Amino acid sequence: MDQPYESTAHADHEHKPHGWRRWVFATNHKDIGTMYLIFAGVMFFLGGAAAMAIRAQLFKSGMELFDPGVYNSLVTMHALLMIFGAVMPAWVGLANWMIPMQIGAPDMALPRLNNLSFWILPFAGTLLVSSFFVPGGAPAGGWTMYPPLMEQFGASFPMVVFAIHLLGISSILGAINIVVTIMNLRAPGMSLLRMPLFVWAWLITAYLLIAVMPVLAGAVTMLLTDHFFGTSFFNAAGGGSPVMFMHIFWFFGHPEVYILILPAFGVISEIIPTFSRKPLFGYEAMVYATASIAFLSFIVWGHHMFTVGMPVAAQLFFMLSTMLIAVPTGVKVFNWTATMWRGSLSFEPPMLFAVAFLFLFTIGGFSGLMLALVPADYQYHGTYFVVAHFHYVLVPGAVFAIIGAIYYWLPKWSGRMYDMRLAKWHFWLSVISVNVLFFPQHFLGLAGMPRRIADYAPQFTDWNMVSSIGGFVFGASQLLFPYIIWRCVRAGKPAEARPWDGARGLEWELPSPAPYHSWQTPPSEAMLAHGAEH
Amino acid sequence: MNKFPGESHDARRRGPRDRGDEAREDSEARLCDCAAQGLGKRPGNRAGLGKLAGIASIGAAAAGALPAAASDWGRINLPRGVTNVSTRIYALHMMAFWVCVCIGVVVFGVMIWSLIFHRKSRGAVPDVTLLHNTKVEVVWTAIPVLILVGMAIPAARLLVRINNDTNSRLSIRVNGFQWGWQYKYVGTNVSVISKLSMSSDAARMLDSGIDVDRVPDYLLNVDHQLVVPVGEKIRLLITSVDVVHSWWVPDLGVKKDAIPGFINQASFIINPSKTGVYRGQCTELCGRDHAFMPIVVRAVTPAAFRAWLKRKEAAEKEASARAPASTSAAVST
Ligand SMILES: [Cu+2]
Repeated sequence: MDQPYESTAHADHEHKPHGWRRWVFATNHKDIGTMYLIFAGVMFFLGGAAAMAIRAQLFKSGMELFDPGVYNSLVTMHALLMIFGAVMPAWVGLANWMIPMQIGAPDMALPRLNNLSFWILPFAGTLLVSSFFVPGGAPAGGWTMYPPLMEQFGASFPMVVFAIHLLGISSILGAINIVVTIMNLRAPGMSLLRMPLFVWAWLITAYLLIAVMPVLAGAVTMLLTDHFFGTSFFNAAGGGSPVMFMHIFWFFGHPEVYILILPAFGVISEIIPTFSRKPLFGYEAMVYATASIAFLSFIVWGHHMFTVGMPVAAQLFFMLSTMLIAVPTGVKVFNWTATMWRGSLSFEPPMLFAVAFLFLFTIGGFSGLMLALVPADYQYHGTYFVVAHFHYVLVPGAVFAIIGAIYYWLPKWSGRMYDMRLAKWHFWLSVISVNVLFFPQHFLGLAGMPRRIADYAPQFTDWNMVSSIGGFVFGASQLLFPYIIWRCVRAGKPAEARPWDGARGLEWELPSPAPYHSWQTPPSEAMLAHGAEH
Repeated sequence: MNKFPGESHDARRRGPRDRGDEAREDSEARLCDCAAQGLGKRPGNRAGLGKLAGIASIGAAAAGALPAAASDWGRINLPRGVTNVSTRIYALHMMAFWVCVCIGVVVFGVMIWSLIFHRKSRGAVPDVTLLHNTKVEVVWTAIPVLILVGMAIPAARLLVRINNDTNSRLSIRVNGFQWGWQYKYVGTNVSVISKLSMSSDAARMLDSGIDVDRVPDYLLNVDHQLVVPVGEKIRLLITSVDVVHSWWVPDLGVKKDAIPGFINQASFIINPSKTGVYRGQCTELCGRDHAFMPIVVRAVTPAAFRAWLKRKEAAEKEASARAPASTSAAVST
């Protein structure tokens, strides 16, 4: 990051604190973005370790490794770590890095808030992970935390509730910062409908976060007061209702899954045009589709609860609203396909991950459509079919998009190229193993294997073994990723300002590595026009 | 104890560990399932099941050689099941699957075409004028809507049909508890507590040293089954005494949550020709032993069912006469 700043004459503004102060007192969007990504990486590997333990336990029928209570803790922590520790912070880290660069701003609008929202995370993460070591062990009620089960866990229960409060505060602050930045710091001439789609996706995601994180906080707070202060929100014996918790949780929970996936839509909409050497097809339709998906995400939560005994009319409503989501999602998939159509495609690592996303996310969409049909859902609900479905949208969906995004922008961040050959190895190992890992889980669910079970009947052994082998290979191949990044940052070949010849967008008008304060003078209209070729 | 004709008398023994209740294993389950499937227990094991060895060793040597897993690669789809509803659900599922396959063939086909023929390395030149096309965009919004409507109509019809719980001949209260199920036949004094079978329970312990392939219906077997008649509409009234559970038997096409403070309904009619044993599991995470609360439904002819119920009623009466604080009271754990 010591190269002279070429595009403007403000090199004297390159002052930055050194040593630990640079990080603890960080207000720079790139430093904070880096810390977010490192935090997400650490959590990804911790959550991954839990996943490996789960797959080891399920390798064959018969209790093998863990007590069922410990197994349930692993399942719970795997989900919490991956959702709140890995994927969400990774997206915020990418937003921090890319939004100012993509909209022509010097930094985020609220840098000190930015510092706070990051530094809450390590404490929340520590609280979450350390719940493993208190008497009674980590909470084992699943990430859904349904009462009354959730209240059966000892000291770890309030720890997890507080960790979720902290994570929620961090997310809300981060989201406010993103909204304020996008609304106020866009370069002159960058109207909303000239923004890159990653920025659009994040603007919408940020509103989702602000809307639903308080709902989750409220739900877990009510759990807490039920348990410690004698309230009866969810306690049937006191006139409360466990079903109400489910409604509140999934009112948060469904937008939450779009919080995990909408930024991925944004990233894919950046990568595919670059490596197709062709502008995105249907830019405006993409924006409206993203907004419609976000709106619909608020009225479909009941599809997580088709077996709780809702009235038929409610089940019908949630079935139809859920099926409706397939329309804007389909529009996105068709637009990406049309972007590749008659393009000039090349398959560098970011594009490989984006293409895999396109195929595998669509498979997750298909199983999602099947799950929306209530009568069929009666059979699928709570089985490995559901596990397969949401892992298809979250692993080759959200996680592949994050990996693709990092491979896409890493040369811009570090000023160096990474080892393409090794990155392709990373891709092929990942894409093959992720299917070996998750595809058989469709079979297991249909054949009758419930999810979240510590042991299963012998007839499920064959496909579980396949799945576990896929899991181990997938887990091991992810170790390549930090190694590739490390090698790139330490000793990669210098990268050009526009390492991908098809790349368009303001970030590519900056030198590589990008200057510490991204845009100190706003980009010219020419740069804007070059960048936003919609 | 009351058994079906031809079944052996009460085989009552202590469980491998004291669970605070009388852990029993009806020989009815063993006779039927183990013999029918040619599976046996491995004689003797570390968990103190030695006493079982005598019964279990009948045919165990031969049975052990049968590869239980040989055909399990083929278990990749929903069962058609034994009720009208489960068969219809299967049809809906297959319809949705083939619709997805067809869409997939088209969409993936176009993608793959691009990936092959529009490569830079083949000298493809990007057509940068292809920015949007209103006509195409309207078409690919409208066609999915039509497909969705086509899927939603049969699904909605079936949904309404499934949720019709009227005109049942028999009501059974299903109470989930940590970890098992209690079944009460409404209008009678008959109550059955159904827990993981003793042989599975022993084998599932960490380091039990028991080869689970040799345990009959490992994890899918209970001590006392739910006995129901075929051909009659049966209504389940499902609730829970502690945490949320979910009662699922795939072959019946029934899955309903058991929620404390709520009574959920579900009903099914087993096709008259389909007497037999149908297995399922709890499908809502309910704590430590969530994996170990299976459901076993035995469907018998109406006549056999009435006879069984009568004997069961008489036995209950006799038992409560002997011990006024009857065991048929609500479950306590
Ligand atoms: Cu249960």
